[in-house]
Amino acid sequence: MNKKNKIKIVVNGKHLTVNLKYSLKNLIEKLKTSSDKIAIELNEEIVDKKKINKIFLKNKDKIEIVHFIGGG
Amino acid sequence: MESDLLKIANKKFKSRLIVGTGKYKNMKECAQAIKLSGAEIVTVAVRRVNITDRSKPILMDYIDPKKIMYLPNTAGCFTSKDALRTLRLAREIGGWKIVKLEVLGDKNNLFPDMIETLKSTEVLTKEGFKVMVYCNDDPLMCKRLENSGASAIMPLAAPIGSGLGIQNKINIKILRNQTKVPLIIDAGIGQASDAVQAMEMGCDAVLINTAIAKAKNPFQMSESMKYAVIAGRKSFLSGRMTPNLNGSPSTSKKGLI
Repeated sequence: MNKKNKIKIVVNGKHLTVNLKYSLKNLIEKLKTSSDKIAIELNEEIVDKKKINKIFLKNKDKIEIVHFIGGG
Repeated sequence: MESDLLKIANKKFKSRLIVGTGKYKNMKECAQAIKLSGAEIVTVAVRRVNITDRSKPILMDYIDPKKIMYLPNTAGCFTSKDALRTLRLAREIGGWKIVKLEVLGDKNNLFPDMIETLKSTEVLTKEGFKVMVYCNDDPLMCKRLENSGASAIMPLAAPIGSGLGIQNKINIKILRNQTKVPLIIDAGIGQASDAVQAMEMGCDAVLINTAIAKAKNPFQMSESMKYAVIAGRKSFLSGRMTPNLNGSPSTSKKGLI
């Protein structure tokens, strides 16, 4: 694989390498997560989930994907 | 009692018991305990999705947010910035506007940082959130929170998870007298009698997590809390008899042999 065609991103604190022109939707699908159960931050900005197919990731992007867990 | 509903931010609830979803052995136990409690509101926390192991069970698969209201909280937040970020994300998950704010100030006793809590309440209210606020039992700070638009005032009875019961009844009574929005005891309930006391003092509801989740039998304790809240509320509404230091026979002396 040519490294030029890859970018490095950080998802929930973990480093991942993905292809160029990789969209947020691609990422969510890869993680097998249902978009109606999560919220997404891209570089500390909340992302509109309806637009994730149009948002393409860049090198060093930081993504946070959260959901609800048990809590008091 | 049919019309005695709990009203929070224009929403009506029959149950006056709000329960947390943390500290259970597993999701199944949590779901069953909540069902037995009769609660219509559950608190939930916002955390990172586990991206390396997607086989872990998800809360929403066990507790349906369409059937029971999720109340997103800011558990674990120690600054206003983190609390705001958390609740904005919670809203984004699915439109949750009624939220529970808690900004902690001390890692050991988990007392709230009231300065950060007040700041956060002001910002969130302006952003359209309906904020139910975990707070200390200081009447002045609670009044400030109410004036800032808090949808519910939720003072602690004792530190979170301590199970010590209501430590400062005087303050809770003062809060009952001054608070116009729902007054909900949040944190510190240990057993059913604590919940009864809170309700008999006129609190509008109680929020319980650890006392149920960490009981030897969470299911029985969950039911116990359900009935305690109902009993305490009915007792409050009934208007108790005047206490008397002297005895007063229950049976008439007439016809005594």
